[in-house]
Amino acid sequence: MIRTLAKSIREYKKASIATPLLVSVEVVLECIIPFLIAMLVNRIKAGTDMPTLLSYGLVLVILAGFSLFFGAMAGNTCATASCGLARNLRKDMFYRIQGYSFENIDRFSTASLVTRLTTDVTNVQNAYMMIIRTAIRCPLMLVFAFAMAFIMGGRMGFIYLITVPILGVGLTLVVRSTMPLFKRVFKKYDALNHSVQENVKGMRVVKSFVREEYESEKFETAAEDVCKDFTKAERILALNSPMMQFCMYVGVLFVMSFGSYTVITSRGLDLDVGQLSALLTYSFMILNSLMMLSMVFVMITIADESSHRIVEVLTEESTLHNPEQPRYTLADGSVEFDHVSFRYAKTAERMALSDVSLRIRSGETIGIVGGTGSAKSTLIQLIPRLYDPGAGTVRVGGADVRAYDLEALRDQVAVVLQKNLLFSGTIRENLRWGNKDASDAELEEACKLAQAHEFISRLPDGYDTYIEQGGTNVSGGQRQRLCIARALLKKPKILILDDSTSAVDTRTDALIRNGLRAYIPETTKIIIAQRTASVQDADRIIVMDGGRIHAVGTHAELLAGNEIYREIYTSQNRAGEDVG
Amino acid sequence: MAKKKTHTVRRLLKTVFQFYPVILPLTVVCIIFNGVISSIPALFMQNIIAMIEDSLKNSFDLVTELTENNSIFGLMRSMEGGVYDSWSVVGGSILRLVGILAVLYVFSLLSGIIYTQLVAVIPQGTLKKLRVKLFRRMQEMPISYFDTHNHGDIMSHYTNDIDTLRQMISQSFPQLLISGTVVVTIFCIMIYLCLWLAIVVVAGVLVILVIIKRIGGGSAKYFVRQQKSLGEVEGYVEEIMNGQKVVKVFCHERASEAEFDALNDKLFREAEKANKYANTLPPILNNVGNVLYVIVAVVGGALILFGTPNVSISGIVMGVSVVIPFLNMTKQFVGNINQVSQQINAVIMGLAGAERVFALLDEPAETDDGHVYLVNVTQENGAPVECAAHTGHWAWKRTGGAPGEAEYTRLTGDVALDHVDFSYEQGKEVLHDITLEATPGQKVAFVGATGAGKTTIANLLNRFYDIAEGDIRYDGVDIKEIRKSDLRRSIGIVLQETSLFTATVMENIRYGRLDASDEECVAAAKLAGADDFITRLPEGYQTVVSGNGENLSQGQRQLLAISRAAVADPPGMILAEATSSIDTRTEAIVQRGMDALMAGRTVFVIAHRLSTVKNADRILVMEHGRIIERGTHAELIEKRGQYYQLYTGAFELE
Repeated sequence: MIRTLAKSIREYKKASIATPLLVSVEVVLECIIPFLIAMLVNRIKAGTDMPTLLSYGLVLVILAGFSLFFGAMAGNTCATASCGLARNLRKDMFYRIQGYSFENIDRFSTASLVTRLTTDVTNVQNAYMMIIRTAIRCPLMLVFAFAMAFIMGGRMGFIYLITVPILGVGLTLVVRSTMPLFKRVFKKYDALNHSVQENVKGMRVVKSFVREEYESEKFETAAEDVCKDFTKAERILALNSPMMQFCMYVGVLFVMSFGSYTVITSRGLDLDVGQLSALLTYSFMILNSLMMLSMVFVMITIADESSHRIVEVLTEESTLHNPEQPRYTLADGSVEFDHVSFRYAKTAERMALSDVSLRIRSGETIGIVGGTGSAKSTLIQLIPRLYDPGAGTVRVGGADVRAYDLEALRDQVAVVLQKNLLFSGTIRENLRWGNKDASDAELEEACKLAQAHEFISRLPDGYDTYIEQGGTNVSGGQRQRLCIARALLKKPKILILDDSTSAVDTRTDALIRNGLRAYIPETTKIIIAQRTASVQDADRIIVMDGGRIHAVGTHAELLAGNEIYREIYTSQNRAGEDVG
Repeated sequence: MAKKKTHTVRRLLKTVFQFYPVILPLTVVCIIFNGVISSIPALFMQNIIAMIEDSLKNSFDLVTELTENNSIFGLMRSMEGGVYDSWSVVGGSILRLVGILAVLYVFSLLSGIIYTQLVAVIPQGTLKKLRVKLFRRMQEMPISYFDTHNHGDIMSHYTNDIDTLRQMISQSFPQLLISGTVVVTIFCIMIYLCLWLAIVVVAGVLVILVIIKRIGGGSAKYFVRQQKSLGEVEGYVEEIMNGQKVVKVFCHERASEAEFDALNDKLFREAEKANKYANTLPPILNNVGNVLYVIVAVVGGALILFGTPNVSISGIVMGVSVVIPFLNMTKQFVGNINQVSQQINAVIMGLAGAERVFALLDEPAETDDGHVYLVNVTQENGAPVECAAHTGHWAWKRTGGAPGEAEYTRLTGDVALDHVDFSYEQGKEVLHDITLEATPGQKVAFVGATGAGKTTIANLLNRFYDIAEGDIRYDGVDIKEIRKSDLRRSIGIVLQETSLFTATVMENIRYGRLDASDEECVAAAKLAGADDFITRLPEGYQTVVSGNGENLSQGQRQLLAISRAAVADPPGMILAEATSSIDTRTEAIVQRGMDALMAGRTVFVIAHRLSTVKNADRILVMEHGRIIERGTHAELIEKRGQYYQLYTGAFELE
């Protein structure tokens, strides 16, 4: 896991290495300062002269200056290193996700990806900052302060050999018992927030069923649960501070009693007053370092879960790969399904598609109808290789789709997805997704064909109208027409419309189909529709049922000979007329 | 601005105090006690060092005070090989001081344990109570609040705002209190010992405060910017992740990567700056502290050297015994100010969070002064008699007049809108002069383009919004007089946007009526045509549906929503585009089930697919907030008006 994360350090390696080095220097200086002060104090006691006093002062100020310099430098490099790591992690994840196949995308929910890219990265960033700075600083401080205490106090230093292990063991126990608690409670906490989100989204349902009180009680129980666990963990963690105080107090009492005894009995030879005070300073440094160290562990625990989630994204292998020597052009717009079977997950019991064979000639117009869950969308998604079939072969332009360069294939096979989306930006920008170099004339032409030009020109800002995220400020029918225009701009050899005119009125729908037939006759057109009206003039209509091709034929043939088709047709055209 | 902040702090403290009226003051007392004691050793130090100094000077003087604690320093003596020296002179006094200190320490430890435990309890409890308060408040809020506020923003009250509050309550507040106490106590001791040195320290602290203001302010500024950049990155990532499949289909990966890079780099720069400021502050303060330490030592030394008379409360003579504790005090003083400075960002963000939480708590709740209630009844001799069980018959109960007396009106499902006008925003009327009547058992359908006002009528019927002009009567009762919860119970509603909850399929259906048995839930699912797909789910009715329902198709979710409404078995029903994602064959099955369920009850149907509304008793065609045509399907076709145009596909519906 760490190795995967470390790969994202890259250009921030220098800063990452510099930080601990700078911190080390800072620590050394920080430990020398009390030592010198002790000497200064003894000079004062001995009744020194002003020049000595000042020269000591000067040396100390210079040392402090250096310590400040190194400390500040370390702070800077540390900020660069940790923020840089965060930047690269976000970047690497985002790039990785861009390389995902549909199958990969299906595995992660949008919300979870967003959290991974934001909150989780921030957690790792904070932990990294701790690791390269505090986690280096504390042990070093511990060692140096120990050494200094022994140099100065001699036998007196032994007191730390007693208190430090006590504190160390105590802190370890605390950290070890809180770690699993924290891990658990953060999961529960996420679930709690998730339930709030559900409630906010479903407020109309809550209110119309009058479930406000029920929801509140449910929430309170969950919140209580989270609170209990959190409190438990925090209470254990809260023992840190009194433990630390205890060790501190023992040290102070010891130094004060045994220290003064030593000073007096040895007449200031074994230990002098200055050293006495320095010992107290060191004791504080030592214990404080231990304390910080334990906090580092807690931070790392919190970040641990986040790093796992990040690594999951980074190590997810795309299930689709470009071939070694790819083809770049489709010979024509023909499509062939050769005994194709497919399922979405390897564990799925039911095949989404089973043993589908089908030939579509270049330039043909194909309609596909069928009930919800009959695998209409699944079928067409295999053509631009959004998924790979489990068995059988899909051929486009006479060659296996797996032989093509992915980008080239998808540029020549345009799909307007059922869940079509526009992105925040102007209409023009959205259309150029289809072809970033398209001229204004080309944009207009595509829009005319998709019957979108008219309404666009009636908008106050025309093609520069700003589309809100998700395209919420245009109507469903308009959005669908824009999406069709966007796909047309690719000038594809095969055009697939997956229920893309469901919100468009039947007349415009017909106009679009007529336009497609007249202006891009050589393009193969595959149209999935709910309405039989949208497909009835197709060359052939495929009726799908339960992942299989139920029937193929023209409108007239199917109406005469296929029960499902007739039922669909009737439910849309005749039902209710007898009632009215 | 500053006033608002103080107000927020005061309100927050008041809130915590209300939650913990006993524990909070106890915590404060313990923290202060602990803070005072942890600053006191300086005084003992001064005393002891003074004694040592004296002793070293007069070490040849004879013992005068060989008094108590004989045994203890007898022991000490033996350790030193029986050397009879000055220890016996001052040892007793020193040990007595140490003893007193030890006792104080015990108390300090006790108070320390108590307050740290309390501080662990209070924030979590407070946050929990705040969360619940927030949630309960949210349940009381009118639907207009949720329609006009971004859901992500509402959510962030629970996540970001409460999290920043946790930081502030659990760390910043106690830290500020304890550091404040230590600083004040130490300052008193300083004045007590030596005014000159105290002035030096105060001067140094002023410099430190200036630095904190400069750097701390910069840090806070960039932290705010960093939050903003983070928000932008989050927004972009969310949009792209949502449309990731479209990105793939259009091979737009490279372009979105470039856009992301720009935002990500900006975030990096802001974050780097913010953290640089934040990381630089401690070493600067530390070392300014060190310099101050040196200055105190030098000044102290100079004072001793030149024999300057000491000015202090204690009247202690200037000497090493004053300078040494002063040095430690300086360290402690600066250290605590350093600690306080570390909390600046947390406090700024915490206060902003608290402000937002309070703002939500202050939002006006939905008002309800209905006094007509919905009750189940049984029919006895034609007169309704109230009963507790679910009977399938209802009545409106109007109380008032003499106590215990109530007037019952049978619920039949007669709904009448009389000259209703409505606007969401002032000046933008969306419904104009709507008059219609649905007689008991009728199926009334609304058709029309998006924005024609169909959904708005549904919003008004169960009083998600209140009408401006005209009135709506339910069995002759003005719906404003009906208690909202009862009104809503009387009209089931199924929406296009189905919201399911993370729970099993069974529980989701039971949401309609909490006391429904498993059998009733299954029956409802069968009625709604959902049983077929449910039984094919891996664990049938016990399959857990995730909130976003990612494991179900939109059509399946709609079937579940219909089952949920069916189990509620309400006297009236609104189906708002409830079958829009269900294919036409399945829809026909669902309709048959619903028709059976709602036979004899009033149903409102809003639909975009005309096949859905064809068999309605009355169809209302809406345009720009007005009803432009009304009649049955046959009548409207006959009329060759707007409905006919829609039906023949000459107009777009959405």
